[in-house]
Amino acid sequence: MKREYDVLVVGGGPGGAYAAKTFAEKGYSVLLTEKRPAIGVPVRCAEGVGKKLLHEFFKPEDRWIAAEIDKADIIAPDGFKMELEPERAGSEVGYVLHRKIFDRDLIWQAAGAGAEVQVKTRAVSPLMENGAIKGAILEQNGTSHEVRARLTIAADGVESKFSRWCGIDTTVPLREMETCAQYLMTGIDIDPHATEFFVGNDVAPGGYVWIFPKGEKTANVGIGVGGDRCKPGNRPIDYLNRFVKSYFPDGKTIELIVGGVSICQPLPCTVADNLMIVGDAARVSDPLTGGGIYAALYTGKLAGEVGAKGLEKGDTSSRNLMPYDKTWRESYLGKALERNYQIKEVFVKLNDDDLNAIIHSVAKMNMSDFNTLNLIKNIITANPKVALKLGKAGLKNLIDSF
Amino acid sequence: MIEVHREICAYCGCCVSVCPEGALELVDAYLDIDTNTCINCGLCVRVCPLGALEAKK
Repeated sequence: MKREYDVLVVGGGPGGAYAAKTFAEKGYSVLLTEKRPAIGVPVRCAEGVGKKLLHEFFKPEDRWIAAEIDKADIIAPDGFKMELEPERAGSEVGYVLHRKIFDRDLIWQAAGAGAEVQVKTRAVSPLMENGAIKGAILEQNGTSHEVRARLTIAADGVESKFSRWCGIDTTVPLREMETCAQYLMTGIDIDPHATEFFVGNDVAPGGYVWIFPKGEKTANVGIGVGGDRCKPGNRPIDYLNRFVKSYFPDGKTIELIVGGVSICQPLPCTVADNLMIVGDAARVSDPLTGGGIYAALYTGKLAGEVGAKGLEKGDTSSRNLMPYDKTWRESYLGKALERNYQIKEVFVKLNDDDLNAIIHSVAKMNMSDFNTLNLIKNIITANPKVALKLGKAGLKNLIDSF
Repeated sequence: MIEVHREICAYCGCCVSVCPEGALELVDAYLDIDTNTCINCGLCVRVCPLGALEAKK
């Protein structure tokens, strides 16, 4: 480890790896630190990602792909199953990844591009000079190191602390913290190319149960519930155990995965002087689906591109890094986050009758008319009660988000 | 005081994200609580997917 780099990246998930790779490819000296002893483990993810979205960055390697998905089923509280074929399932048609392999390969790519990687190395505080961030104090193997950097990237995930230490409030409201538990199960009877989503206040209040195949008879079976609905005896692990007991009584659990995903709006600003925040740390995971892989890759890469311009000019002030914040907000990602936030705000208010009515009416929709705006129109026409629940402001926010 | 049941905690970081005081930190595979900053609000206890945290009087 040197004492000075152009760029310090805190966190070795997909966002950090892609930022590090982008800077290194442009010839900057980069140090990426990961607090854990290994990249990609323990996994804290359902591992699903949209095909088209992933292809924006690369042609995936076969070893990353646990399953290819061509169909999504949504199961209403009354047991009615709505099948979303590829035309309707949109970006839900995708891959279920092996994150252990995927994350490690991305770090290899960053290292291959010239970035230095240090594992079991934790940033414990930013290095401040005259009120500006100038790197970080890192702890490794019982020793503290002062590492100076012209630019620091906070890619420290959902439990992000780095930006908080720099004075940015990253607290996620309890009701917007989706708390999750998942089993990797084998010996279960599933369609290996279909994802299944179960909604309803009995199975998953303020969230959903997912079955994401990882091959024949194997899947991630998990649940996320809203933090405010989580209570002793009704925590994600309790809901998951009840679901598994009833759906897969003979299945074998070979891994327990727990995690959390923020379903709040993104941080109001994702740059500061000499600092850029990417991925889950920036709260850019999808508030409706909980997906965050694409957002992390997109913001990581963009931070690399915009940050490199700042380094080139010798100006990494927040003003000069601002195009990063502006660009992602105006991108497909930013718009999808805004729209899905508004849909999520509706979704969490629905009772089981609303959910049943909506899912039944959507299943009757004509495929050729299927787009998100028509979907909303259809839902509201078929279920005026839902429109009432939203109120004028809610309805306006929802429509404006399209 | 918040007590961590280490035999239950699977170090996911949910609690760290909701802590309004920044009193919690996930250090590799264990959870660290700064008792000087913790205000005993109990949000971390609520959000834990496994029930690994307990508020002690």
